[in-house]
Amino acid sequence: MKMNAVNASIRKKDAMALVTGKPVYTDDIAPKDCLVVKVLRSPYAHAMIKEVKIDAALKVPGIECILTYEDVPKTRFTIAGQTYPELSPYDRLILEQRVRFVGDGVAIIAGKDESSVLKAMKLIKVSYEVLEPVLDFTKAKDHKVVVHPEEDWKVLIPLGPDKNRNIVCHGTEEQGNFEEEYAKCKYVIDETYHTKANQQAMMETFRAYTYMDAYGRLNVVASTQVPFHVRKTLATALETKKSNIRVVKPRIGGGFGAKQTVVAEIYPAIVTWLTGKPAKIIYTREESQIASSPRHEMQIRVRIGADEKGKIQAMGINTLSNAGAFGDHTPTTIGLSGTKTLPIYTSNAKAYKFEYEAVYTNQMAAGAYRGYGATQGLFAVESAINELAAKMNIDPTILREKNIVKEGDFMSAYHGETANSCALDRCLEKAKEMIDWDNKYPCKDLGNGKVRSVGIAVAMQGSCINDVDVASVSIKISDDGFYNMNIGATDMGTGCDTILAQIAADCLDTDVNNIIVSGVDTDISPYDSGSYASSTTYLTGMATIKTCEELREKITAAGADMLGCKPEEAEFDGNSVINLTNHKSISLIDIANNSMCGSNHTLEACVKHTSPVSPPPYMAGAVEVEIDKETGHLDIIDYVAVVDCGTVINPNLARVQTEGGLVQGIGMALYEDVVYGKDGTCYSNSFMQYKIPSRLDVGQIRVAFESSYEPTGPFGAKSIGELVINTPSPALANAVYNATRVNVRTLPITSEKIIMGMLNK
Amino acid sequence: MIMEISLWLNNVFIKDNIAPDTLLLDYVRSKGCYSVKRGCETSNCGLCTVILEGKPVLSCSTLAVRANGKHVITMEGLQEEAAEVGGFLADQGSEQCGFCSPGFIMNVISMSKELKDPTLEEVKGYLAGNLCRCTGYQSQLRAVLNYLNAKKEAK
Repeated sequence: MKMNAVNASIRKKDAMALVTGKPVYTDDIAPKDCLVVKVLRSPYAHAMIKEVKIDAALKVPGIECILTYEDVPKTRFTIAGQTYPELSPYDRLILEQRVRFVGDGVAIIAGKDESSVLKAMKLIKVSYEVLEPVLDFTKAKDHKVVVHPEEDWKVLIPLGPDKNRNIVCHGTEEQGNFEEEYAKCKYVIDETYHTKANQQAMMETFRAYTYMDAYGRLNVVASTQVPFHVRKTLATALETKKSNIRVVKPRIGGGFGAKQTVVAEIYPAIVTWLTGKPAKIIYTREESQIASSPRHEMQIRVRIGADEKGKIQAMGINTLSNAGAFGDHTPTTIGLSGTKTLPIYTSNAKAYKFEYEAVYTNQMAAGAYRGYGATQGLFAVESAINELAAKMNIDPTILREKNIVKEGDFMSAYHGETANSCALDRCLEKAKEMIDWDNKYPCKDLGNGKVRSVGIAVAMQGSCINDVDVASVSIKISDDGFYNMNIGATDMGTGCDTILAQIAADCLDTDVNNIIVSGVDTDISPYDSGSYASSTTYLTGMATIKTCEELREKITAAGADMLGCKPEEAEFDGNSVINLTNHKSISLIDIANNSMCGSNHTLEACVKHTSPVSPPPYMAGAVEVEIDKETGHLDIIDYVAVVDCGTVINPNLARVQTEGGLVQGIGMALYEDVVYGKDGTCYSNSFMQYKIPSRLDVGQIRVAFESSYEPTGPFGAKSIGELVINTPSPALANAVYNATRVNVRTLPITSEKIIMGMLNK
Repeated sequence: MIMEISLWLNNVFIKDNIAPDTLLLDYVRSKGCYSVKRGCETSNCGLCTVILEGKPVLSCSTLAVRANGKHVITMEGLQEEAAEVGGFLADQGSEQCGFCSPGFIMNVISMSKELKDPTLEEVKGYLAGNLCRCTGYQSQLRAVLNYLNAKKEAK
């Protein structure tokens, strides 16, 4: 197949509408008569509601309804947007008598405008029986306070839960005898690392609007990555049939995993469901910071043993994860802290062991954030590798060269998959060259109180959840031979509408502008699990290829019919079908128009795709920093990232994904931290308190690609979206060590930690 | 309480009665200027940037009554310039989700009028108040520099 559109830096199809400010997002297109919905939130981390007095609030002019725990259905559900049956426990109600974190919902208020709703909110009188909260996740297991004492708590696929001990899940996976092999090793490292909760902080906060349509069905327009999972979740929560609900996705102002959780949709949905009136909720930034779905805080103990030659023989990971008040994405994220770290180093090791446990606490529930649990795991493992190298007194890049996974290696720790496409060794070599590692490692004192150093880390991720995620695409031919392409994957700014059209254009030998892409409408779009788990390009891309193949056959058959020959005697070249015997041809325009007049040819196709494997993309990240020895202040001078995402479908978009992921990773590494007070109040409740990187905070960033070819991916492609957030934390920690001999093992790596580490040595 | 104001919104004269605590952001959106977005409530993100009497301001922290008797320009009133600057962003793929693009571009347009031949540091400094979570800023910078170069060459 010729690549014309694929591997070209084509503008995103929606680019000009977005940059000229057209009204294409949820709040721009919401009906003007929508009820405004807001949520009264708990001031306590743990309490039972004794009474909610709403009579005064109901008298505020314009108030339509106020709902409390007594008014909502009693079926538990999860808001994690995952394929059914979900691994996340069904531990939520829309509103509940027991509130479990500061910010948990107490009442839903709907009224004609914001000011009346806010006025009513102030008039609601709630009396609470305040209970002791569980706020330290290292002490949550077997705490005398049980976060979920309720009898109707359930989980569809149990991974060793014991909710009466506050355990969401736990388990062990071992290959070989880890303890025995570890004990034999000449060089060992045994350290514990602590990663914090981070907010995705997408620019568009959580939001949705709802209305009843002409058929009496609940319509939901939501800023979501998972429209089909929203339908399922709302149906469960509202105790109605899924056929009663339609979900439509407009343009989305960023997601990064936050919108893989059904955070806000239920509130307007229940208001519309009960009142029949259109309703909308727009989360404030404060709500998006305190009552959302940030990254899971984790504490990870890493033990690595290497023999006298520096070959890693044993690797052990023990992860403790903080679920917060609910278990959304908890049993799934935690697994990645092992399955996306161990495979980098254990193909030739004698043993490995992965132990995990996640616990409930009375903090905001965590969820999905780019990288899922891999990001936490890789900070720990890559830091431990760097510490092991220091202990062995060798260059950390040399230790990696001896041990990293190579193409063709069997990865027992990665669902037993083989690394069929892997250029990690080339990525590492190129990153070293770009940052000039050999001349700059470990550091150079500038003589002016400042020291410059370099740091290194590598990373992997997956491409889809194998044997779970499904993608499907439908394409039909329309008048004059243009194509309508329907996808169920959600473009959240990443550009998948364009990327998939590029793939389709090459498969159909047509121009990318001849492919009209429609975003997700659960009534119309073919089923797709959604845009998460780095699945879209890899999985929906393959569904696109399969769909195009079937459509080509149909076009060829229709053309052959018109030419009076058999389909096997004809060929479709994108513009016409040609009779290979007599070289007569008929144009696609004529075939398309003919199919709309007295024709039995169905010129459309819809094919589904799932994958038994999840091929990892890989990368190496190297950073050069400058540290002030008096203050611990750190500036990033240069960050180089070399990525193996297989074939690059759109070089511009892949590069921007990488740069964006790196800067989010830099924020996580250096200052982003969801901080709670002693009473469980979240202090990181605004962009004042929770600082994300500005354009002044990042130095030079350089991106290069070292492509392998993934045989199971579209045009050889793998994923890129999540992978790229993983290297900054460990690479920066390594650079700090190389400059100061201080190991910062708790994120974020603040100036204070650096200077205190230097002073306490 | 209701206050009467009159202003020019994208060069159209309007007389209106509004609550005195109405924010300029909510006011211009109520008039159909949906390009103006709210990204925070704390004047941190720059998404709500509009041009008030020729100067970029954050409409989330400006009362609508402050615009009384003045000219307010949103991206709806600068479509040609937006498409020109935006084309350079699109060529880099750096609009991504696009939610911060209007506020950012409004500030780029203001910068190109205010600063003659700015240095790299001046460009970064002028635009520092425009946050973006998708791009990591690099592609935006490439786009802005390409735009400034194209403008210079056109002269």
